[in-house]
Amino acid sequence: MIVGWLIAILFLGGALAWASEALDAQLPKFIALLALLGSAVLVGWLALSGQANPLSPQGQWWVLADANWIPRFGIRFAVGVDGLSLLMLLLTVFLGLMALGAAWHEIRERSGFFYFNLLWTLAGVVGVFTSLDLFLFFFFWEVMLIPMYLIIAIWGHENRAYAAMKFFLFTQVSGLLLLFAIVCLAWFHAQQFGAFSFDYFALQDVVLEGRVQTWLMLGFFVGFATKLPAFPFHAWLPDAHSQAPTAGSVLLAGVLLKTGAYGLIRFTVPLFPEASASFAPFAMGLAAVGILYCAKLAFAQQDLKRLIAYTSVSHMGFVLLGVYAWNLYGLQGAVMTMLAHGFSAAALFMIAGGLQHRLHTRDMQRMSGLWSRLPMLSAMALFFTVAAVGMPGLGNFIGEFLSLLGAFQASRVATVFAALGLVLSAVYSLWVIQKVFHGPLLLPAGQGREPDGGLADLGTVELLCYGLMALGLLWMGLYPQSFLAHSASVLEALLQQTGTPGGGG
Amino acid sequence: MQEWTGLLPAFPLAGFVLLVLSRGRMPRGIAGVIGAGSVGLSFLLALTIAIGVLNNGGQAYTTVLWQWMQVGDFAPGFSFYVDGLTLVMILVISGVGFLIHLYATAYMADDPGFARFFSYMNLFVAAMLVLVLADNLLLLYLGWEGVGLCSYLLIGFWYDKPENGYAARKAFVVTRVGDTSMAIGLFLLFSQLGTLNIQQMLMLAPQQWSVGSGIAVAASALLLGGAVGKSAQLPLQTWLPDAMAGPTPISALIHAATMVTAGVYLIARTHVLFELAPSVQLLVAFIGLATLLMSGFTALTQTDIKRILAYSTISQIGYMFLALGVGAWSAAVFHLMTHAFFKALLFLAAGTVILSLHHEQDIFRMGAMRRRLPVSFWCFLVGSAALTALPFTSGFYSKDEILLAALGQEHYGMLLWTGGVLGAFLTALYSFRLVFVVFFGRDRHQGSSHGEDHAHAAVMEAMSPVMFFPLLLLGLLALGGGFIHVPVDTVFGAVHEEVHASQFLHALMILIPIFGVVIAWGVYGSASYQKAGEHLRERLLAAPIGRRAYRFWFSGWGMDALYQWLFVNPFMVLARLNRKDAVDQIYGWVAQAARVGNSVVVMLQTGNLRWYAISLVGGMVLVIGLGVWR
Repeated sequence: MIVGWLIAILFLGGALAWASEALDAQLPKFIALLALLGSAVLVGWLALSGQANPLSPQGQWWVLADANWIPRFGIRFAVGVDGLSLLMLLLTVFLGLMALGAAWHEIRERSGFFYFNLLWTLAGVVGVFTSLDLFLFFFFWEVMLIPMYLIIAIWGHENRAYAAMKFFLFTQVSGLLLLFAIVCLAWFHAQQFGAFSFDYFALQDVVLEGRVQTWLMLGFFVGFATKLPAFPFHAWLPDAHSQAPTAGSVLLAGVLLKTGAYGLIRFTVPLFPEASASFAPFAMGLAAVGILYCAKLAFAQQDLKRLIAYTSVSHMGFVLLGVYAWNLYGLQGAVMTMLAHGFSAAALFMIAGGLQHRLHTRDMQRMSGLWSRLPMLSAMALFFTVAAVGMPGLGNFIGEFLSLLGAFQASRVATVFAALGLVLSAVYSLWVIQKVFHGPLLLPAGQGREPDGGLADLGTVELLCYGLMALGLLWMGLYPQSFLAHSASVLEALLQQTGTPGGGG
Repeated sequence: MQEWTGLLPAFPLAGFVLLVLSRGRMPRGIAGVIGAGSVGLSFLLALTIAIGVLNNGGQAYTTVLWQWMQVGDFAPGFSFYVDGLTLVMILVISGVGFLIHLYATAYMADDPGFARFFSYMNLFVAAMLVLVLADNLLLLYLGWEGVGLCSYLLIGFWYDKPENGYAARKAFVVTRVGDTSMAIGLFLLFSQLGTLNIQQMLMLAPQQWSVGSGIAVAASALLLGGAVGKSAQLPLQTWLPDAMAGPTPISALIHAATMVTAGVYLIARTHVLFELAPSVQLLVAFIGLATLLMSGFTALTQTDIKRILAYSTISQIGYMFLALGVGAWSAAVFHLMTHAFFKALLFLAAGTVILSLHHEQDIFRMGAMRRRLPVSFWCFLVGSAALTALPFTSGFYSKDEILLAALGQEHYGMLLWTGGVLGAFLTALYSFRLVFVVFFGRDRHQGSSHGEDHAHAAVMEAMSPVMFFPLLLLGLLALGGGFIHVPVDTVFGAVHEEVHASQFLHALMILIPIFGVVIAWGVYGSASYQKAGEHLRERLLAAPIGRRAYRFWFSGWGMDALYQWLFVNPFMVLARLNRKDAVDQIYGWVAQAARVGNSVVVMLQTGNLRWYAISLVGGMVLVIGLGVWR
């Protein structure tokens, strides 16, 4: 029942935070902190506790709750955790805390409702990462969407209404395709086995004729690729990111994007192995195009958050590449990229948010030479930028290298093009460092003119957040085995079960 | 001492961490001690390890620190492999590195970013040591990228000047092009051999690939791509001259003695792969030859003291590539070592000149410096003699080995040898042009007040023994380093057969550099230089061909402009044109279409009964019509 508790804590914590605002405006964030710490304890317990009650034949599932929900359609409340889910839960809870840190001093208005939305988004994400019933999965998929929409629409920046609507429409339309495909799958199950079922394992037994399989696979693919986002479904992300409050960006980039990748690994390929295999070259091509195209777009941006948003899309291309290589290297690379990018992108968005908080602008044309005024913040920015560039010794390198190593076995052409992304990532990343932190000091009009006024370097909460994320990236880069070990058995089982269309591994 | 191998990079790494955590609030004395001391400790350790290994008959060993990761068969470790080649490298890196650190404590004494400087320097040394110690190509790649990062950070160390930042970014991006090629090489090697462990690869490759097979050619060509990027060889050499924007100790350490020779190390380390791909190996030789000649000509035309030295570095690494290309592995490593001595010496001596003239770098604004800075003068002279390969200096022995090996090449021996000798002539010419212009002739420095400047320089020479101890030591090494035997025979297998060149060729090899020095003296050094030399220069430049050649060489053979036109401009144009993301625009059209459709539908909803009746009738007619027609 631990997962049930986890979700309950987040839901209840959110409700409580909203209610508590009436008592004291400071109360909600402490309640949110308590709820997140509580869930951190639970996830930690999960990580340490033994593997009980294996459900699947592979035996790596630790089933934690299974109950009837809507028996007429075979819908169950079934949640479970395996190594892969566990990693994702760790990421979710950790970045939840980071998002809280980002919001701590930033969110002043309607803070109760804000933390409600924050926690409910996280609850949805936890549900997505643990659902073993596809209907339940889709339910959580929607739960995660609406609070995030509100976060952007209410606490966002100048163009928030447009961005929030765009985010909503993209996710909703692609979600509709996903839902349609899920229902079709359940219907085929009813055709073949006489009863509706949304059970993850039962649906794997459904036999689908080639074209049907391709169409349903595409439904899943579009649903998840929009979330990831993969080229050409990425158009919502730059707007959503640049308009969202910092905590929203942290959650979006750090956690929500990863649900898309998780969906591809957990559902799309295992449910439609043959269709996915023939689709793989195309997906890898999309990945390579996305990596290069969005890197180029990132370089052209002047809005710092928009720039980081495009780099996110570019880096998610490595995830897509690794997943569709569908061998152990590629998949482990995708998982590591998910974790490492979660940390580095979250940190970079926090830095962009911190700069906006201090300078009241995101326009890089109006920043220069901040290193001399904000040495600690700049050093942190340098660290996370270097991580994003894929410096060996930090987590992102492990992910990207393994993705490419796996992809090379499946498609050499796509890999070579994707590898060129390493050059472009250096181009745009170093440009940011140059424009914002190096060069002669330039501050937006009316900012920090008075000696030592207006511009404060990192505060305690910020330092703590950045420090933890930096240590996390170092850990991932120097001893990734602690993470790889958790996902290895899961991925090996998935590979065995689907055959290995990518070859190798 | 072998179990302590892991500490080699750990000392400077610890120094880096301490300096970063101090956030610049540490007193300079302590920061300097940590910065230089950590590298000194590494050197002492390297020395004891070297003694131990050599006493043990040069037996190679591996130390595993920890298993990095394990994904299927892919299991690279944090493991260090030490053999003769590694020993040479770690001794050069930590030894020369320590001397340069020591020098830098004085050179950078007044800089506000003192601690930041030493933190980057220490990180560099740690990464460089990992690069040469790595027992697998992935760990080597970690060091490889790490030194690239530090190079970037240090070139752009004085970050308030945008041109420094540009130089730093250029260095990083250009070398990253090579790095990417190398990464793809790693993917290929792993997919073919199933391991990235270097020794295993060198053992498996000859068993699985035949000489000249496509895979061997592709793999070694991809590795070569990485090597030419890091070592600033054609066609990726353009970043190194600009890299001189960094403080001079950086140029000495990173862009002369250590990092830029990493490409040479990589090829020497994986030499078996190159032997399996003779065409690529020959390409290495010709890349070296072309680079050494091209940059030799360019060095002749430069006026910035550091840029001259930078082009000379490119040219000397060209000699190392030439040696690698003809299979003279140990000669390449030997020249790598002697070059580290004399080029570091030259840079450090140049640094004192630059510092004493308040960061003046134009050689035609110097002159007569031998009277102001006698120690630097003698050091520079020794360094230039070694660079020119005058007899009995260290450079003489290493270059001699290379040229003889080039002569022994089967098909192109004479061509490679002639090119190399021509390069030696150019080297003599530009090195002693530099010496004569800077240290002889009339004082052309337009500083503040002459007397004050002079006093400043004298004071500087007297006051900073930490600057002169490294100079003197490096001077001794540049002179006598030719007698050091590099213990790499066990690494590269059988010693190559001696090439017997005729007495005449030998004499040529000795005399041609001397001839170059004499010419340089005639043009730039003699008392009549001011008249005759300048007259000659003017005459040469007046001729259209001379002017054009001068400009062409000065610009580094137009490579920067070519790349600007070929890669940078198209990218910038593309970036600017598509700043708004064409894909997003398409979704914009969808939204637009929806909005238009909506307004059309809204227009239909007029509330006018007659309009509704007409459309109702029209619709019915349409439907019935459709039914009748079918």
